[in-house]
Parts: sequence; structure tokens; C-alpha cells
Amino acid sequence: MWPQKENTMRQIAIYGKGGIGKSTTTQNTVAGLAYLGKKVMIVGCDPKADSTRLILHAKAQNTVMDLVRELGTVEDLELEDVMKVGYGDTKCVESGGPEPGVGCAGRGVITAINFLEENGAYTDDLDFVFYDVLGDVVCGGFAMPIREGKAEEIYIVCSGEMMAMYAANNIAKGILKYATSGKVRLAGLICNARKTDKEFELVSALAAKLGTQMIHFVPRDNQVQRAEMRRMTVIEYSPEHPQAQEYRNLAEKILNNKMLVIPTPLEMEELEDLLMEFGIMEAEDESVVGVAEAAA
Amino acid sequence: MSHPIKKIEGITKESTEELIAKTLEVYPEKAKKKRAPHLGANDQASGCAAVKSNKKTVPGVMSARGCAYAGAKGVVWGPIRDMVHVSHGPVGCGWYSWGTRRNLMTGKLGVDQFAMQFTSDFQEKDIVYGGDKKLKQLLIEAKELFPLAKGISVLSECPVGLIGDDINQTSRQAAKDLDLPIIPCNCEGFRGVSQSLGHHISNDTIRDYIIGTREFSEPETPYDISLIGDYNIGGDVWSAKALLEEIGLNVKSVWTGDGELEKIAATHTVKLNLIHCYRSMNYMCKVMEEKFGIPWLEFNFFGPTKIRESLRAIGERFDQNIQDKVEQAIAKYDPIMQAIVDEYRPRLEGKKVMLLVGGLRPRHTIGAYEDLGMECVGSGYEFAHNDDYERTSPEMPDATVVYDDPSEYEFEKFAHALKPDLIGSGIKEKYVFQKMGIPFRQMHSWDYSGPYHGYQGFSVFARDIDMAVNSPTWKLVESPF
Ligand SMILES: Nc1ncnc2c1ncn2[C@@H]1O[C@H](COP(=O)(O)OP(=O)(O)OP(=O)(O)O)[C@@H](O)[C@H]1O
Ligand code: SF4
Ligand code: SF4
Ligand SMILES: [Mg+2]
Repeated sequence: MWPQKENTMRQIAIYGKGGIGKSTTTQNTVAGLAYLGKKVMIVGCDPKADSTRLILHAKAQNTVMDLVRELGTVEDLELEDVMKVGYGDTKCVESGGPEPGVGCAGRGVITAINFLEENGAYTDDLDFVFYDVLGDVVCGGFAMPIREGKAEEIYIVCSGEMMAMYAANNIAKGILKYATSGKVRLAGLICNARKTDKEFELVSALAAKLGTQMIHFVPRDNQVQRAEMRRMTVIEYSPEHPQAQEYRNLAEKILNNKMLVIPTPLEMEELEDLLMEFGIMEAEDESVVGVAEAAA
Repeated sequence: MSHPIKKIEGITKESTEELIAKTLEVYPEKAKKKRAPHLGANDQASGCAAVKSNKKTVPGVMSARGCAYAGAKGVVWGPIRDMVHVSHGPVGCGWYSWGTRRNLMTGKLGVDQFAMQFTSDFQEKDIVYGGDKKLKQLLIEAKELFPLAKGISVLSECPVGLIGDDINQTSRQAAKDLDLPIIPCNCEGFRGVSQSLGHHISNDTIRDYIIGTREFSEPETPYDISLIGDYNIGGDVWSAKALLEEIGLNVKSVWTGDGELEKIAATHTVKLNLIHCYRSMNYMCKVMEEKFGIPWLEFNFFGPTKIRESLRAIGERFDQNIQDKVEQAIAKYDPIMQAIVDEYRPRLEGKKVMLLVGGLRPRHTIGAYEDLGMECVGSGYEFAHNDDYERTSPEMPDATVVYDDPSEYEFEKFAHALKPDLIGSGIKEKYVFQKMGIPFRQMHSWDYSGPYHGYQGFSVFARDIDMAVNSPTWKLVESPF
């Protein structure tokens, strides 16, 4: 065997239902890690290109694919054209891609990540790389971040809402597929609270069933919007605010997290049983299916 | 028509079945089960070759097949000489299918006597952002650069279908803007099991976009016909057309060898469609029959025996005038053909040939080999369907091996056992057999020769076959083993 250099860089991918709060949570958590002195790179894997705006205070940054389109080929691109540095020395890259309904966003993610690899973006000084992946994963392109040699640690952002939990379970199924043949592991659920009934208990229970943990319960707080309006993370905008402390706590927990598991996704029925147990779903009663409230 | 039962010495149903069983032995259980129904001994009497066809190739074997795009671009569209054909997608598909079938074209050298072909040369950005805009621009430029083009075909390669580009909408809009027929053909390579689906899709596209949209300028006559399924390989169309004209018919359009868009579009007014390659163009013959009441007739212009039969069958569809001319033509060419046979037959008598070509030629050329005194000891197709095998069985000698989509291994194994003096197949097979010391002719593109159709073609065919089989080269090669 060749002597191998100890690689301490941890690569993390964030998945979860569309709109659940992945980009917000990722950037705030990364700000928390930066606050703790860690060097981080964020790779936005979403044609919306909104994974780094709070770190960069930018409306929109030049994405890899935008520049590829402008210059004609990937080969003409330079790393510094697409890599920007923001809060806490955090490096930021957006893959970019087409507007919905045309072309192939998945290939854009693949092209961008290949470009980063070939051009030495993964430098030794990095402690973490975060991939913020668009919500509604449709194809293999969006699994690029968890392919061989990339992110091995996955966090799923979810809430106590039924659909968010379905999505979390489905993502766990996807991870299982990759986990059995490689090193990809589920590292935890991040509950981004929606203030639904018994949310803490429900998400903890789901985490347990999946064989993982609810690593943190992030409360819902309007301070997030206030910071967002200034294109900032809560940590940068109001470091003293309790919400900032929540994100620092989450960062700390991720930093120390050793619980990496091959998930045990639930069958549909099990999941529905769980939801019923917590009263999120009524016991099967065919007579009410499809009956409007007023009519019932 | 009843056929005399042809026998070949040393070949029986049992010997062929044993050969097949031995060949299959090396396969794993599942592959064996899959391949077995595709191989069989011909039962000439029942007219049944009893092989399964048009199924997915077994993974892991080397197949001679191509893709749907290849069937569309290479076979149906490519030969139309007054259109620009756009290979839409990455450059390779278009480049490697550029003129490789040797579809010759009428015209001025360097001006309009070559295939006008474009590719949109997809790059990463076209995949990610979609290629519609590029296509739109390309269509504008194609019209500018080739003002003589009567239309443009847009042929999808794989990625176009994968990313869901809407070439139909882009083509429709561009056709309006440029006032030019622009015909989108959704023939992505991954569709279907072989190039055969590409033929079908292209036929459907002709049905939907082309047929019935033009009229011939000359007045109609009772002798108007169309020549379908001849791709003018090495000049086949020119030979066939001249013969059909000699017997008094008006060949108003040819599909698609040396074809012209506007004439193809006006074919709905002819009196009879004569079809050579049934496999690739029967669909449109059936459409024209149903929609416009045009009857169609299969014919075979390989070798004097089949030409004679075909001419008479064609004559029967017309009046005495044509029938007289048919007999005159036969009387005129028979002695010329006899002279050719007299020259080559002594050198070829009893030689054995094995065939593996697309979807038509094995059954069509058997007669020509037999005219030269040769015997066909094995035949098969890359992408034929059941109706092709039904047409093959009566032509092949009894009990000979019939193979559908054979793997390179099976083909080699059969050749080892049957020891043919000639193999007729494609470029992918050519060097394998030549290295085995077996004479070979590339029967897709006539091996840089041709024409092979019609009386004119037979003299070329006979010369080429003799040249291959009796080349002194083979005696100079010594096996190192
Ligand atoms: N803890 C929170 N408290 C209040 N608002 C929040 C919280 N987390 C997220 N939000 C709000 O939710 C909205 C959606 O969040 P975000 O864009 O991060 O979701 P996402 O999962 O990345 O979406 P997509 O799947 O579209 O990429 C944002 O406008 C953000 O302000
Ligand atoms: S599903 Fe994925 S691979 Fe297919 S076109 Fe869409 S983004 Fe591309
Ligand atoms: S299979 Fe697809 S990529 Fe390959 S030649 Fe055919 S169209 Fe092109
Ligand atoms: Mg997001």
C-alpha cells in the first residue's frame, strides 16, 4: 500500500424535503462552525443557487454552470471565478443550472463537482465541506455529493409534518442503497421546528426507528427572517440572540458527532403507525377519506 | 408459390441442432435459455425458420446491432439528398454515421452531390441548460449555408431524450420562421432493441410530416410507381430505376436512396409502390395502402433468376404493354447474364456462403449466390422480425442454421463447424473472419463496390464474389499455429 495521508476533512451532505430549511440551517450551522474556528466550504447543489447568500451577503453569485455557459466549456473556467469567500473565511461555490423545466440540473451538479475536484478546490486546510442539495431529488445527479469519495455523513432536515417525515424516510432508503456498497452513513435528523403537535417526541421517535438520533431541535424563530432580510446568518447578525446560540449548539454537536449509522428505513405501514401513535394521523377510516370538512 | 426443397450434403436437422446445442453449452444457464430460441434449423417445407426475433440482446455478448438513431440517420434519412440532416446531440453519433453507408447522390461534384449533414455538437452546457436554443440557431445557419436544401431533418441522439428537450416544438416554430419543412424525428438511440425501431419511427415521421404535402409537377400516368426501400448503396437505385424504366414504368420517386424530399412527399399519387427493403420501409407502404389505396409489391433485384421472377410479378400488375416490355427485357438480358454465369460459375460451383446482414439481404441475395452455383449454409439477421424469418425460410436450403442477432462467438462457432468459403456480413465481423482465413465481403456497403441491384449489379456482384473467394492471397497466408 502507498502511504496515505491522514485526511481529516469531513464532507457532509444535507438533504430534506423542499423548503424545509436546508439552506438556512446549513449556512447558520456553518457560521457556527466558523465561529468555533473551523474552515468550511459550502457547495450549493441547486440551480436556485441560494445556498451561500447568507454567508456572502450576496443576491446571487456567479455559479459554475453560468460561467460554463458564458465561456463555452468547463475547461476555460478558473477556480477563483466561482469560489468566493464569506463570513468566517468560509469558501462558497454554487453549481447553478437551468431554470425549472429545461435541460438537466442533475448533470449541472455533476459537472460542477467534477470541476471542483479537478481544480483542487478540496484543499487540505478545510475541516468541513457541506453540500446543500435541492429538496426534490429527482435523479442520480443529485446523489453526486454522496458518491464514492465525497460526503460520507448525511444529515436530514425535517420537521413534525407528515410529508417532511415521509421525505426523511425516503431519503434514508436512498442512503441505505449507497451505504451498503460504500462508506455513506446517516449522521442524524435535524428537526427544524414547524411548531406542530408533539414535534420533539415525534421526530425523536422517527430518528430512533431509523437507527439514528435527532441531533438537534432548532426552534422556529422570526429572528431567522430578520437576519435573512439583511442576507446574513443569525450568528453574524445577532450573535447574542438565543437563536444564534441554537445554531452554535448544533454546530458543536455536529463537530463532536460520532454516531454514523446505516439507516433502517421504515415500511410505509410502520411509518403510518408511528404517525397514528402520535395522533398526527387518524386510524384508517375509509368513510372520511376524500370527504370535505364542511360535508362531514 | 411452392418451392423445391433444397438439400445440402452433410447438413441435416440433427446435425444443425447438435451444432446449436454445442454452441450454447458455454453459456451460463440464463443466457443459454435466452439465446436458444433465437437459433434454429430451417424447416423449408413448412416455411418456418422458427426463431425468436426482435428481442433485447443478451447483456455481455458482442452483438452486431446498432441503435434507433443509426436506423433513422444511417438508413432512412441520410440518403435523402436535398435535405440537411441534423444529428442533434454530441458529435460522435453524427460523425461516425456520416456517409458510411455509401448512399450515392446525383448532382454536381462539390456543389450538391454530397450528404448535407450537421451536428449540434452538444457540450456540457447544452446538456445542463438544454439544447433548444442552440438548435434554433443551427437551423437558421443551416438554411443560410445551404440555400438549396429543400428541408431539414432533426434527428435526436440519446441525451436529447434524456434531458427532455422539445425538438418538436423548436422545429415547428423554426419551420414557420424559416418557411422550410423542418422535420423532428425522436429516434434516441436507447429506444427499442435495435436500429429497427429507428426505421419505424422514421417511417411514422414521414407519415406525420411529409407524405401528401406536395404534388408531382408532371401529369399522372397509369405507370407511375415509386421505388421504396432502395438506398442507392454503390448506385443500386440507378441500376434498378433504369431497369424499371426500361419496362415502361415511371419511377416518380425513390425512397430514400438519391431521394428528393418533394418527390417523396408526392408519392401518395403513384399507382404502385415497389418495395425492396421490406424490413425498413414496409410501414409506409402499409400507410399508403390504407390511407391512399396504393397497393404495394415486394420484389428482389439480386441475380438474374430473382430479377426475372420479380419483373414478371411486377408486369402482372400492369397491362399487356408493360408485360411485353418485361419479356423483351428478359430476352435481352438473359444471354448477357448467361455469359456472366458461364464465366464465373465454374470457379464458384459448390462454394459455400454464410450470411449475417441487417434485416433483408440474406434472404434476398441467396438467389444470386445460387445463380453462381454457390450454396448458402447459414443465414441470419441483426434486427429482423418474425415476418422476415417467414420470408427467409422458403429461400434457405432445408435444415441449415438460422441465427437471430447472433453473438460474435456464436457466429464464429458456426463458421468453424460449417467451413464456408465466403462470409457476407458487416464491418465489425470482417476482420475476425479474414484473420481466420475465410474470404469475406462487407454486405452492408458492398465493400466499397456496387451496385449489386439489377442486371447491371449482377455483373459487379459476380466479379466481387469471385475476387473474394478465389483470391490467391489466402494460399499465401500460413497459419502460425
Ligand atoms: N428555524 C427557522 N425559523 C424561521 N424560519 C425559518 C427557519 N428555518 C428556515 N426558515 C425559513 O424557511 C424558508 C425556507 O428555507 P430554506 O430556503 O432554507 O429551505 P430549503 O430546504 O433550503 O429549500 P429548498 O428545498 O427549496 O432548497 C426560508 O425563507 C427561511 O427563512
Ligand atoms: S431527471 Fe436528472 S438526469 Fe434527468 S434530465 Fe432531470 S436533472 Fe437531468
Ligand atoms: S446509442 Fe445514443 S449515443 Fe450511441 S450512437 Fe446511438 S444515439 Fe448516439
Ligand atoms: Mg435550499
